[in-house]
Amino acid sequence: MEPLNVYATRLVTRKEYFVSGHKACQGCAEALAVRLVAKALGKNTVVATATGCMEVVSSAYPHTSWDVPWIHVAFENAAAVASGVEAGYKALIRKGKMEEKNTTFLAMGGDGATSDIGLQSLSGALERGHDFLYVCYDNEAYMNTGIQRSSSTPYGASTTTSPAGALHKGQLTWKKNMAAIAVAHEIPYVATACPSYPMDLIQKVEKAAKMKGPAYVHILSVCPTGWRIPTEKAIWIGRLAVETGVFPLYEVTNGKYKISLESELRPVEEYLKPQGRFRHLTPEMIVEIQEKVTADYNKLKAKTTA
Amino acid sequence: MGKRIGIEVSIAAADAIAMANVDVVAAYPITPQTHIVEHLAELVAEGELDAEFVPVESEHSAMSVACGSSAAGARTFTCTSSQGLALMNEIVFIAASMKLPIVMILANRSLSGPISIWNDHSDVMSVRDCGWIQVFVENGQEVFDHVMFAFKVAENKKVSLPVIINMDGFALTHMIEPIEYWEQEEVNQYLPDFEPVSRLHPDKPISMGAFGMPNNFTEVKKAQDQALRDSKPEIIKAWKELAELKGKEYKPVETYQTEDAEIVFMAMGSFNETLSLAIDEMREAGQKVGLVKIRLWRPFPLDEIEEAVKGVKQVIVIDRAISFGGPGGPVASEIRSALYGQENAPGITNYICGLAGRDVTIKDFIKIYEESKAKLHDRVRQDEYIIYGVRE
Repeated sequence: MEPLNVYATRLVTRKEYFVSGHKACQGCAEALAVRLVAKALGKNTVVATATGCMEVVSSAYPHTSWDVPWIHVAFENAAAVASGVEAGYKALIRKGKMEEKNTTFLAMGGDGATSDIGLQSLSGALERGHDFLYVCYDNEAYMNTGIQRSSSTPYGASTTTSPAGALHKGQLTWKKNMAAIAVAHEIPYVATACPSYPMDLIQKVEKAAKMKGPAYVHILSVCPTGWRIPTEKAIWIGRLAVETGVFPLYEVTNGKYKISLESELRPVEEYLKPQGRFRHLTPEMIVEIQEKVTADYNKLKAKTTA
Repeated sequence: MGKRIGIEVSIAAADAIAMANVDVVAAYPITPQTHIVEHLAELVAEGELDAEFVPVESEHSAMSVACGSSAAGARTFTCTSSQGLALMNEIVFIAASMKLPIVMILANRSLSGPISIWNDHSDVMSVRDCGWIQVFVENGQEVFDHVMFAFKVAENKKVSLPVIINMDGFALTHMIEPIEYWEQEEVNQYLPDFEPVSRLHPDKPISMGAFGMPNNFTEVKKAQDQALRDSKPEIIKAWKELAELKGKEYKPVETYQTEDAEIVFMAMGSFNETLSLAIDEMREAGQKVGLVKIRLWRPFPLDEIEEAVKGVKQVIVIDRAISFGGPGGPVASEIRSALYGQENAPGITNYICGLAGRDVTIKDFIKIYEESKAKLHDRVRQDEYIIYGVRE
């Protein structure tokens, strides 16, 4: 990550393509992430959005928050819809029916739309090599339907379908590593990002858009409603996710790993404690999580030198 | 006048799609649709068709890709059967509500289970209410002609709706038939370039597929229903123009030997070929029997059906799908509903036959006629239907 000073964000365009007036919850870091991605991509973009929070909050007819061409078809098919738009453009440009403008095709969905129900259509689109960017806004559960667990929900988190009870202490499984699945498709570019680091996010999205072929960016999007934190703490929690190594920021360019922000990791407890979804964790579980985070982080670091 | 050649109907269908200068084909293989998409892939690979062939990982994605490319303003084709249609079901409905003029050939095949690759109409009946224009064809020539027709109607700005061409699996897809190919100039004359009503483009950003709240959902759906109903005159116009060009006029409902008929058969798809022969045979034996063929299934051709059965005493509706626990086969139920309360409405008997490709021969149709005729003066219950030829 570039050592930028706090004024760096002022260099970002003031133009908005995901405009205000949408219906996202107070403190929604996902809406912030979408806004930053839209800024990074600019006007010459077509967006395909999966069903989910961002579709619902941005498109209640007759309103729209999108100042770029935008399409929503269903939940599990954003990557396929974007594939279709890209294929249509390709054919029309080749046949001289449309002017080539190097338009960017963005497909986006939440963690459910990406790592659960839409995994197949995403995998197909990545494998076919469409020239498009997929962004997963990961808020670690089905927030739109009322905080149900997904395969991206972290171990121990209490959700409405992985509730903390006397027997089970929240989510029983470890978070699916979606970025690694994207990397396994051997696409040109994969990155993780978080709107708590806006310049890093913008730079990664810009880079992803410039890549020829498919690119995947996985964005941790803090959800105060679902994570049970005060709305003003979203950016802070996002920073803690990165600083504790729970959600490391890195990029994989043509198979080459690079960690974006390297520092001494803070204890995961600092990240877990402020969140209501983790309030029931036992000391043993926190140790377990710490061990897993450390091991995963070391594995990631090893890849950067491989 | 184009050349008339003996060719497999699926290959001719693919050639027609290529002659229609399609921009994007998205498809996933399923029997008996495969030969159509294989040949399209071949044409693209040989450089004979300038199109994007998107070999998707499922039918769900096939229809999703089709939505994307159609929304981008590209002429779009997909093709499936049975389980493939069932898997893409969700998106089939959305494509219509978004008014995306996709053309799909449905190589009709029975729905599982038990799994079967053979022909009936249970697949298409599962999407009866999907909002697409739906036509049935009965032979290879009609498939070829209807590819041009389907793109013309779908992309007509007054219509802008997707079209399904129902083509019986194996009975049509795998048959070698004499087919008259159109000349490319005829295609160009009949089928203008696709100019979408609106498209996804940065020069004029639009939002497609918005979230519908209860306060306007009903109005949106009413508008969608009206749009499908309003497509009918444009459909008829497209058939008329086809007649001017090719000499053969298709109609929403077509009749054969019905002028003085007391009893008529009513069917859809390739059975109509067999039925025509059966009618000939029965006519020779002095029976006053005719045939009403439903070509246009959606929008439902109510006026034409009323007209076709005027003066008829009995209609034998042939269904190729079961509506489990329902009041009859899906076609018969609609015909009963359409004719209910009409003055001198004919009686209706309903036979469900030809499931999963089981042969129904001329002899069978004559038997059905005899059975049905015996009930001419009986009151047939509204929910009575016979699954024909069941071994018991």
